[in-house]
Amino acid sequence: MSLHTIWFIIIAFFWCGFFVLEGFDFGVGVLHTVVGRSDIERRIAINTIGPFWDGNEVWLIVAGAATFAAFPSWYATMFSALYLALVLLLVALFGRGVSFEFRGKVSDPKWKATWTWSMAIGSALIPVLIGIALGDLLHGLPINKNHEYTGSFWGLLTPYGIWTGITFLLLSLTSGANFLVLKTRGDLRARSLVASRYASGISVFAVIGFIIWSRVISGGVLPDPVAIFAALAAIGAFVAADQKMPGWAFGASIAAIGASVATIFVDLYSNVMVSSTNSAYNLTVTNASSSSYSLKVMSVVAIITVPLVLFYQGWNYWVFSKRVSAPPQDESEDSLRTLAQSTETPTHAGELQERKT
Amino acid sequence: MLLAAVSVDLSRVQFASTSIFHFFFVPVTIGLAFIVAVLETSWYRHPTQEYKQVTRFFGTLLLISVAVGVVTGLVQEFEFGMNWSAYSRFVGDVFGGPLAMEGLAAFFLESTFLGLWIFGWDRLSRRVHLMCIWLVSLGSLLSAAFIMAANSWMQHPVGYTINTTKNVAQLNNIGALFTNPVFLWGYVHVILASLVTGSLIVLAVSAWHLKKQRNVTAFHRTATVALVVLLPVMVLILFVGSELGVVEDKYQPMKIAAAEAQWNTCTRCSFSLFQIGGGNNDQTPTQILEVPDLLSILATNSPNGTVQGLNQLQAEYVQKYGPGYYVPNVFIQYWSMRVMAYLGSLVLLLALWGAWLLRRRKLDRSKWFLFIAIWAVITPFFMNTAGWLLTESGRQPWIVQGLMKTSNGISPSVSSTDVWISLIVFYGSYLLLGVVAAFLMIRYGRKDLEAEEAQEAAEQEEPELVY
Repeated sequence: MSLHTIWFIIIAFFWCGFFVLEGFDFGVGVLHTVVGRSDIERRIAINTIGPFWDGNEVWLIVAGAATFAAFPSWYATMFSALYLALVLLLVALFGRGVSFEFRGKVSDPKWKATWTWSMAIGSALIPVLIGIALGDLLHGLPINKNHEYTGSFWGLLTPYGIWTGITFLLLSLTSGANFLVLKTRGDLRARSLVASRYASGISVFAVIGFIIWSRVISGGVLPDPVAIFAALAAIGAFVAADQKMPGWAFGASIAAIGASVATIFVDLYSNVMVSSTNSAYNLTVTNASSSSYSLKVMSVVAIITVPLVLFYQGWNYWVFSKRVSAPPQDESEDSLRTLAQSTETPTHAGELQERKT
Repeated sequence: MLLAAVSVDLSRVQFASTSIFHFFFVPVTIGLAFIVAVLETSWYRHPTQEYKQVTRFFGTLLLISVAVGVVTGLVQEFEFGMNWSAYSRFVGDVFGGPLAMEGLAAFFLESTFLGLWIFGWDRLSRRVHLMCIWLVSLGSLLSAAFIMAANSWMQHPVGYTINTTKNVAQLNNIGALFTNPVFLWGYVHVILASLVTGSLIVLAVSAWHLKKQRNVTAFHRTATVALVVLLPVMVLILFVGSELGVVEDKYQPMKIAAAEAQWNTCTRCSFSLFQIGGGNNDQTPTQILEVPDLLSILATNSPNGTVQGLNQLQAEYVQKYGPGYYVPNVFIQYWSMRVMAYLGSLVLLLALWGAWLLRRRKLDRSKWFLFIAIWAVITPFFMNTAGWLLTESGRQPWIVQGLMKTSNGISPSVSSTDVWISLIVFYGSYLLLGVVAAFLMIRYGRKDLEAEEAQEAAEQEEPELVY
């Protein structure tokens, strides 16, 4: 396999990793407004992703930077073509990124509501916008022979791109709801279960539509195995949610989101960005890639760092998966539930809030 | 077409503004992460409640800074492709590498271990928890190394060839990027500047509490730590900064000539403390208080050194690169250099004063020192901004020195209207972020340590509820 193909796979891997990990915390970011009725419940919901979201977001940074390093032309065309969409994405990333740190710093309810909504709206917009961006790669955008985008902002909003974006949002909501089911107790958990059922049910249709549409666009007949796997995983997530098997539901939902992202890249290869003007102007893994020396250097860096990152991020999840609540009798479930003693003892929650103010 | 005519300038304004804003938070993060790690190390060695309190106290300030630093850093990464696609296409083979390494080797480390640190107080052993904050600090130091290697390549491109068929720069020696003299001196300079920033913040916050006579022992201790970092670093940074000037004079003589508004080549050149007038259209400003030979020493390390003048360099560049105007904005160069150097000298005096008071055991009682130390917290932001203006404006009209002009680097597909929109959106968002971050910093900087303790007690029952 040539180096530029390997780097195409690595970049696809970063995007999949980003959605597998960050997908559920986007979901939690949106859902904490719905499943958390009181401030303490919302705090519990947010804190389930507290130790993870920042590290997860680095996958996005790395996906972008790796594209810059390995396929400069791809990065240049994509980021300049998506200009205003990315401005919007960045604002969503601001709104979400700072809200974690800012929200709890002042106890005024208006202040908290502001950051709660900036987190929720940001978390909803990000998967939609990135979905549109990745969908557009495959759908094709008007790109001329100099690899420059010739359309307007509205030209970015392709129907397929929007469908992709909505699919990613729904899958994020599904995995977020499942994550909350695993990490909380009581009312919060019950509401998350309901959310998981609804979100995963709608996701099934979205994912099936998405894989059929992807296939139509890329001109094949039968969906590839990755796409089929995505659909099966989405169905599995719904069935597991319905059968109240949250562990399976969570696993299936993150598998569905990962496989959906992967579908785009599988159908895209060996293009990296399709030109709807003329297929001769497509950006491909060969015409957009860096020199082989540069790719070799980056490969060495990736071989050293990626396993290390996976290792310590894994360790991070392990450390905070062991958050067992006080009386650990009920083994399997208790080892997963962590927070929210307080949901069941409202007086305690009230006390805590008072002391905070 | 006024709109189209200013497209390059708009993108430059946007990149400069977002970078400057981003760099309000970067040195705070690097500096505070280091000092918080030092404080936690003290707690590890002497497990008193006091050390833990101050570690958490300054840790909170660190987290506020990180939150804004991270999101504004995303803008920086995106902007290369968004506004400077022609540049990105041309240099990505070389320049993209360090950026990707920054993500892989530094950001993952920094953000993952920060998450562990924030939530790990009761989960991890003290030793492992201490390791987390040191890894955060290491991550921040590494990220600066990679981005400085990339930036230094723009100042002094090395380790590449030009592929003439594809018309792009291609990497052929990765080692050269990290042994680039501009990188080596520039990197150390940036790290020292970050430590100055961090220690001035710790000093100011401690001074505020000492002035109020609250938690005197704890804040006397943190003020001591801040001064112990600040004094040697301030001495070093003046030396490193001047060495960086010598290195830059070698590769970017325009930058240094413009910083002294030196229009004609001179030997034994003097350094003017102030000038009246000046700028690109005034070659004979009134220079006040000239220090003999100092410019030669600063630019060449020798009092007899020759400093090339802007006029001579301009003529030389026209011959070398073709017709064009190669002189950077002289006003910005001249004054940014002085703002940085003069404020730096004042901070050094402050550090000496503080050290003297410390020796005399009068630090917590010197009202004037405490008052000035509080207000000195604004100086690093001016120094850091001035330093970047000097470096980046001095590179103009080049986006990569000698290889590509800034005007050729912009995205052909992005209209001025697009950039106007983004500029307004970024200014609006940054104003909001800046105000909120400053508000929270001041609020938490003024919190009582006892309040911190009460909060901690509350958290002990709900240790996971950090946010």
